[in-house]
Amino acid sequence: MSDLIRLSAAELAERIAAKEVSAVEAAQAHLDRIAEVDGAVHAFLHVGTEAALASAALVDEQIAAGQRVSALAGVPLALKDVFTTSDMPTTCGSKILEGWRPPYDATVTTRLRAAGITILGKTNMDEFAMGSSTEHSAYGPTRNPWDLSRIPGGSGGGSAAALAAFEAPLAIGTDTGGSIRQPAAVTGTVGVKPTYGGVSRYGLVACASSLDQGGPCARTVLDAALLHEVIGGHDPLDSTSIDAPVPSVVEAARLGASGDLSGLRVGVVKELGGEGYQPGVRASFDEGLQRLEKLGAEIVEVSCPHFEYGMAAYYLILPSEVSSNLARFDAMRYGLRVQEGASAEEVMALTREAGFGPEVKRRIILGTYALSSGYYDAYYGQAQKVRTLISRDFAAAFAKADVLVSPTAPTTAFPIGEKVDDPLAMYLNDLATIPTNLAGVAGMSVPSGLAAEDGLPVGLQIMAPALGEAVMYRVGAAFEASRVADEGLLIAPEVAK
Amino acid sequence: MNTLVDYPSVVERYEPTLGLEVHVELSTNTKMFCGCPTTFGAEPNTQVCPTCLGLPGSLPVVNRTAVESAIRIGLALNCSIAPWGRFARKNYFYPDMPKNFQTSQYDEPICVDGYMDVTLDDGTVVRVGIERAHMEEDTGKSLHVGGATGRIHGADYSLLDYNRAGVPLIEIVTKMIPDTGGRAPEVARAYVTQLRDLISSLGVSDVRMDQGSMRCDVNLSLSPAGSGVLGTRTETKNVNSLRSVERAVRYEMSRQAGVLDAGGEIVQETRHFEEQSGTTRAGRRKETSEDYRYFPEPDLVPIAPSAEWVEELRGTLPEKPWERRARIQQAWGLSDEELRDLVNAGALDLIEATVAAGAPAGEARSWWVAYLAQQANSRSVELAELPITPAQVARVIALVAAGDLNNKLARQVVDGVLAGEGEPDAVVESRGLKVVSDDGALIAAVDEALAAQPDVADKIRSGKVQAAGAIVGAVMKATKGQADAKRVRELIIERCG
Repeated sequence: MSDLIRLSAAELAERIAAKEVSAVEAAQAHLDRIAEVDGAVHAFLHVGTEAALASAALVDEQIAAGQRVSALAGVPLALKDVFTTSDMPTTCGSKILEGWRPPYDATVTTRLRAAGITILGKTNMDEFAMGSSTEHSAYGPTRNPWDLSRIPGGSGGGSAAALAAFEAPLAIGTDTGGSIRQPAAVTGTVGVKPTYGGVSRYGLVACASSLDQGGPCARTVLDAALLHEVIGGHDPLDSTSIDAPVPSVVEAARLGASGDLSGLRVGVVKELGGEGYQPGVRASFDEGLQRLEKLGAEIVEVSCPHFEYGMAAYYLILPSEVSSNLARFDAMRYGLRVQEGASAEEVMALTREAGFGPEVKRRIILGTYALSSGYYDAYYGQAQKVRTLISRDFAAAFAKADVLVSPTAPTTAFPIGEKVDDPLAMYLNDLATIPTNLAGVAGMSVPSGLAAEDGLPVGLQIMAPALGEAVMYRVGAAFEASRVADEGLLIAPEVAK
Repeated sequence: MNTLVDYPSVVERYEPTLGLEVHVELSTNTKMFCGCPTTFGAEPNTQVCPTCLGLPGSLPVVNRTAVESAIRIGLALNCSIAPWGRFARKNYFYPDMPKNFQTSQYDEPICVDGYMDVTLDDGTVVRVGIERAHMEEDTGKSLHVGGATGRIHGADYSLLDYNRAGVPLIEIVTKMIPDTGGRAPEVARAYVTQLRDLISSLGVSDVRMDQGSMRCDVNLSLSPAGSGVLGTRTETKNVNSLRSVERAVRYEMSRQAGVLDAGGEIVQETRHFEEQSGTTRAGRRKETSEDYRYFPEPDLVPIAPSAEWVEELRGTLPEKPWERRARIQQAWGLSDEELRDLVNAGALDLIEATVAAGAPAGEARSWWVAYLAQQANSRSVELAELPITPAQVARVIALVAAGDLNNKLARQVVDGVLAGEGEPDAVVESRGLKVVSDDGALIAAVDEALAAQPDVADKIRSGKVQAAGAIVGAVMKATKGQADAKRVRELIIERCG
């Protein structure tokens, strides 16, 4: 195995800029790694070898010509297959978009290209980002590099697994209810859900518009911060994008790595600390609190009484938006078409029947029902009220604490097949991550060690107020530096081929 | 088949209640939610982009000019402007709707509760209440080929053109208009006419009913006279001219009276106006009522026009067209009929602008309704489309007044301007059209003509001044029409004196 694939993005970028390694060599090393292990992991749905090498060659030319390049120029990246790419298919893990090549790049894609980041390919995901295990991909599940019989989390399991299997040092995910953070937790990687509106959604194929947020995934907090600053910031093509500077998260991550959190108040959310956690997850979280305290932080308990309604509200708002967002997949203009129908309506119906998987259908039906006249107020309307109450809970909690913490997910990676037929059990994976999406605040997952009982990674969730990413990264980096100093980086066992 | 009741009998026994819904396509340069052009009549599917095609990942951004136009229409209709409002999604499947939902304002329209005073031909004023005016996007166009009806059901195939998809529309909905009695058809027509003129004066729409940039739906119900019980209404669509508005109301009144007289019940339904026969027919009956599952559009932020902006826009409202007409009629001393002719010829603006450029009203009017109207007619264009400006017409009038041109020459100058030869003065120069005012040259021509016709010269000398005409003609011919005929006559008498 080439050493290049073990480097962090920051280190790799430095070596490329210093001409010790070429961007083409870096790209090739990762393409080789993908060729070597992805048959077993299945993190990628599409690998764009030629485009990746061409993009890397351009960076090498720029460096050779003495041009200034970005802080991540030449670093390879795995892009979740939910962002449009004009040079690669975009399927969202769905049969209904099989082979669809968008005529345009997402803003995130454009910004990655502008920064000279090498896009290796598109990663697997639960269909239209609905799921917590990547088992709902129409193209087969992704496997967790820590244990190939287990799930890598979801919906962004492909991006997280690519990082853990050293197929890429950087990845992009999207987080609607935990789809960046939960995969990060169960693969021992770092995943950040920025403040809603912090990263443009233009070209991000919508699951639930008011909850979706693209964000960076990496193996270190600093790498995530470097990537965050590339993709973040206002986009006039997205009305919901925040017109404010990107928080200085790289500076915050570097500051945090010095390891001093004195004067910071870390809030433990009472309602996210109750029953239902695997013992090793619980133990890792308690150790994490001690570590934060040791770093100088003051631990305070906060109460967010409406979080308990978060799951219910989420599963009304999300399906409602899904039912409308996914209406456009009707065979009329692109994607799958089942031609047997005698009328346009029949073609639409047969195509949707054939093209959508069971979880997507379940949520479309739920949402259609929740928005129906006579039910709207009781379901969608009521859920929006809960959303407001959860935002208020956060506001009150952030008055008492600079960041909030909880375990990211209730369990470590579970075996493939265990929950795929039990939607409710699957939904519970996101219990701790959903409130931040409902309130639009920021959240991240940082590795907090391995669970004693199964030796699998556990994640610590850190949450911050809207646009409060700097403090979140600072705490994450401090926590990471301290833990790595004690225990070393979490490195998945070598993938069996 | 239901029998129609003759109109006087309807009016004697029933009281109509009217309601009008008018859709106006705004003439913004770009669409409601994207930057695509809105030009009418372009090649199909050439004015489209990811957003108006509803491609996965695309997002809408509100066109500020469209909001401005909506507010100006609202203010002109004496509406209140909502300080805050959201767009909603109206969900239904149809091939010409790229997203299978229409982005529209639902329960939070931007303009509410206004009125317009409508003047009927005999001077009676009816105040029509405006319920709301709201923004929405247009759909694409379907052309159903084959089958008997030109409708989607039974068609062999359908062609879809998305150039119109996303063009901004304003829907203006009246309150119920009661107590119009037998004048309901006239009131409906007068309202739509006046609304058309009002919107035209704002310069925000072409309001061409023939091109579909203004569309009208007529709601009508009858109640037995004096009963005070509101009847069931029908909604008649496809009413595509002012005359059709009047005919559709009248027909529905007779038809509904026939149904009621026969002891039947009016079905609440959508009907289509048939231009040829002047009748209405029932649309396809739906087995279940449509549930559009409205919910707030999560991809857009609320519209929140500031009070300052609204006041600034109020300041841009022009004089109401009917007030302006009254003013002009008085100032120019026109009869009702003369005014109507000017309005119908589309000459009023042009004449007023010509007057504003310094021409006397009488001459300005005579140029536009006579010579220029002929030119427009022979070219089959609207008066306003002639390639001559009011300022140019005013200049020609000024040249005539100064004696530099006679009427015949002035028409040639106008021909030159219409032929694209430049400003009037440049045409005079290049065509050499100036009146010959050099007496020396004229005297020579007069003497020559007198010498050529000695018998005529003798008659003049003997006092038969009317005989001078022949000499004038000869001189005019000799000078190719460039002489001032009046001066020529004076010189002839002088030379014969």
